[in-house]
Amino acid sequence: MKPTEPPTTADTLTTDPLTTGTAPPASTPPPADTPPWPELVSAALLGAERRTPPTAGRGGPTGAAGLLDAAALSTVRRRAALRPAPAGERPRRAPDDPRPPLPPAARRRLSLLLADRGGTGGSRRGTAPDLTELLPQWLTAAGEHGYRAPEALLPALLDAARGRTDLRPAALALAGPRARWLARLNDDWKFALRGIGGDPGAAGADTAENPEALQRLWDEGLFAERIAVLAALRRRTPDAGRELLSRTWQAERAEDRLMFLDALRQGLSPADEAFLEQALSDRSRNVRATAAELLSALPGSALATRMAVRARSCVALDRTATPSASDAPAAPSTPTIVVEAPHECDAGMQRDGVVAKAPSGRGERSWWFGQLVEAAPLGGWAERFGGREPAAITALPVADGRRTELHDAWCRAAVRQRDAPWARALLGTPAAPLQGAETGAGGSSRDPAKLLAVLPEPERAQWVAEFIAAHGLADAFRMLGVCAVPWAEPLGGAVVDALDIARDAGSYPWSFSGVMGLAERCLDPAAADRLEMLTAVTDEPEGASPGSGGYWSEAFQRLVGTLRLRATMHAELAASARLVAPSGADRLSGAATGAAG
Amino acid sequence: MNSQGERWTTDQVLALAPDEASRTAGGKLAGPGPWSDAGAGDGAVWGRCTGRGKTPYQAVIDTKGPAFSCSCPSRKFPCKHALGLLLLWAGGGDAVAAGEPPQWAAEWLAARQQRDGRDAAGSTPSPAPAEPEAAGRRAERRTQRIRAGATELEQRLEDLLHSGLASTDGAGYGSWDETAARMVDAQAPGLAARVRELGSIVASGPDWPARLLEECALLHLLDQGFLGIDHLPAPLAATVRTRVGLTTEPAALLTGLDATPVRDRWLVLAQHDSDDGRLASRRIYLRGDRTGRMALHLSYGGAHRPLEPALPPGLVLDAELAYYPGARPLRAALGKRHAPAAPGPVPPGCGIDAALAAYGDALRHDPWLDSWPVVLTDVTPIPGVDGEGWQLADADGESALPLDPRCLDRPGRWQLAAISGGAPITVFGECGHRGFLPLTVWDPSPVSL
Repeated sequence: MKPTEPPTTADTLTTDPLTTGTAPPASTPPPADTPPWPELVSAALLGAERRTPPTAGRGGPTGAAGLLDAAALSTVRRRAALRPAPAGERPRRAPDDPRPPLPPAARRRLSLLLADRGGTGGSRRGTAPDLTELLPQWLTAAGEHGYRAPEALLPALLDAARGRTDLRPAALALAGPRARWLARLNDDWKFALRGIGGDPGAAGADTAENPEALQRLWDEGLFAERIAVLAALRRRTPDAGRELLSRTWQAERAEDRLMFLDALRQGLSPADEAFLEQALSDRSRNVRATAAELLSALPGSALATRMAVRARSCVALDRTATPSASDAPAAPSTPTIVVEAPHECDAGMQRDGVVAKAPSGRGERSWWFGQLVEAAPLGGWAERFGGREPAAITALPVADGRRTELHDAWCRAAVRQRDAPWARALLGTPAAPLQGAETGAGGSSRDPAKLLAVLPEPERAQWVAEFIAAHGLADAFRMLGVCAVPWAEPLGGAVVDALDIARDAGSYPWSFSGVMGLAERCLDPAAADRLEMLTAVTDEPEGASPGSGGYWSEAFQRLVGTLRLRATMHAELAASARLVAPSGADRLSGAATGAAG
Repeated sequence: MNSQGERWTTDQVLALAPDEASRTAGGKLAGPGPWSDAGAGDGAVWGRCTGRGKTPYQAVIDTKGPAFSCSCPSRKFPCKHALGLLLLWAGGGDAVAAGEPPQWAAEWLAARQQRDGRDAAGSTPSPAPAEPEAAGRRAERRTQRIRAGATELEQRLEDLLHSGLASTDGAGYGSWDETAARMVDAQAPGLAARVRELGSIVASGPDWPARLLEECALLHLLDQGFLGIDHLPAPLAATVRTRVGLTTEPAALLTGLDATPVRDRWLVLAQHDSDDGRLASRRIYLRGDRTGRMALHLSYGGAHRPLEPALPPGLVLDAELAYYPGARPLRAALGKRHAPAAPGPVPPGCGIDAALAAYGDALRHDPWLDSWPVVLTDVTPIPGVDGEGWQLADADGESALPLDPRCLDRPGRWQLAAISGGAPITVFGECGHRGFLPLTVWDPSPVSL
């Protein structure tokens, strides 16, 4: 900067007595000396009437007017002579992100999706799509294509992930190393460094290639960082994760042991058995229970074998018994399952995770029995029942009205052991699901959605489609939630048909808002053309709720709009994958094309 | 290019949105679902949008203006329907088919063309008053009123300095508003705005006496300038007149007798909208490729009056600009455009020292300038601690500029940091006594902050 600045207009305006009528010269030499600025400020604060300003006696106006003249001059001169500040410490460079950038259309889409955060979200009215619900899907799809997020949108992306934990894994993976660099500068975004939610892109991945850093983070890190390290390691090399944990196991606090143990669920294998067996003697009851649960999910484990022996001793097949005198007089020789619940919960059972104290309202023998069957390997029952298939076993009558109790326990076991044949048998047919549940209306705890989750995806969609065709949408919400996105046919068609039927029945669309919301996110966009026909406002059927026709039309328009938008979204991401650098896409192309539909 | 005329890009359309909410709402309507009778042709786009009501809204856009019309009651301009329709059009596809406008659209377009024709042909009749003498008398009366207002304001300022700034602490607000109202009566809106500003400085955080004295002194300078305007050189007198609130007709600048339009390839550096509740305003900064000169295009809008034109950063206009007269011309009127706007390059810029020098140099001519537009090249954002102390530093060397505190409550500074990633970037903004207010950053396509 110039140490002495040239004369400014302010000089001409203030130092020249304008009222005298002389034209201001083109350049006036600066006045000899203007009082320092702080002096002027304090004089102005006090006022000219209390203290004579430092500008007095210099010619020109005096008092208040002189003070203003001097202040004007000083202000303009100081502003014109501003100097640069010394630079602070520059941040270190962010690491490079080699992934390809988003194609322009996809970039604009992301910016729109992020701008809509929290705006109109949650409203189930109107015809416009709810963008908030599309963001997670967009993020997942973009991640599958292997893009990196545009730098300019990182702040908005981090803010979105801050507000919604469900977005974090996908958002942070897309945001990549630049976002973690940024998060170090802003306390609001510290979550991005913690790697909560099993984010493979965060803390865990940074240290993955570096065993020393990993060990250091495990030894010195915060709890959340350590969980992230363990989870990341379990995903890649489960054995290394277990060994890392077992080295410090004795020194961990009980709450931490519980969470660490829970992390072993990922990549659980027979190799973990010894460690888990030892955890059965843990000081903490919750740790013991979790260890037992994990072991029972390993059908070949010693614990599972012990439980099988216990459970089998309680269940027998009586080939001569008549289920009940009136029930089946024609088939006196129908084999019947007889249940004899255990009489005590001994120390061995308790060590294997059986909780001795029953919840109130539950008989304790029945309670113990349920836990034994739940933890016993399902594969062992065939032998007990003369080599029958699961479907045949579940079809057997059960004596003394204990069918519900036994089947409930089997359901829990099928879910825990992810045993598809048993889950299929217990689910029954979609037209008449969960046989036995209705006979034991008193407190069946079976959840078809959980059993469905054990089945292969195409079978799941088929089963739910048939269920909806038979029973409508009323109970389908949770089942739909476990089906793969986008819904495979015939599931999509079944949902659309059921919505059409619901409209014809004359109820309001918001009675189905849950399913509608799911359909927006999960229906195959190709269904839009079929739905288009339903957007017309129809005559309301007899006895329909007033105005329902219009609301249905609106709801269908919105559904169509959302589906079309989803199709566009995927096209924006996928079409460009062919155009841009193949570097990031190679590895992911399989997944990308799979998700693009 | 096609038979429909120049098809816009999606970015161009999005840049028209008056705010983020309209942008989002428009984006939602950018699917074919709600639209019927949509078409485009001969520089216009039209369509009917089915909303919740029975009657669909009718939206028409004249892309040459651009100008918008929609039958919806929205006060946003352009409304979400117009934006949605334009986005649909910009996206390509067959949802917006080429064709002839239907009657409802054609009527509006015809009325608009007629009006345009009148404006173009008749820009001379309106400024030339029927009775030059009467107009002269009116101008003289207004000058007298402003002189009286300025004299009164001078007295008010001297009284304040006489009794001391401390005496205004707390009690000053009402009386400043009163004085501002007096300046409005005196037909000096420029003075009125400055007086209102004074009222908001009192007791407004640390150092307020110094800031109040600065603004009082600059107001005093302006009063004195106007009272002695006959003795000022013409450019400075024009600056003073503008600052006091006397406006110049843009039409006269472009077509008047002494009009001196500057033709150049003008790169749009920034488009920044603000809305103080009463008036929406848009500032578009331009930089001439050949002349290297900066220009500022100001436009005002309100209910049903669009902010025009819409020029997203990064476009280059081969156009004529006419600067408003002044000692340091910056504001300009947009004249004839010689070619359609096209994407432009990243502008050349300067370092921190040169930016401050540019502001200082501009102040020599117009002491009331709060800032001067500059493009900074190769600067690194240094994030502050707890939101304070943000700087832009030269890539090497020790010079840095603090960021203007006004940008600290906006997310833009984090975008600046994200795009930089610790590496030097090009930033455009206003460099002034409060610091640097970033408006656009290049990544290398322009990103508005």
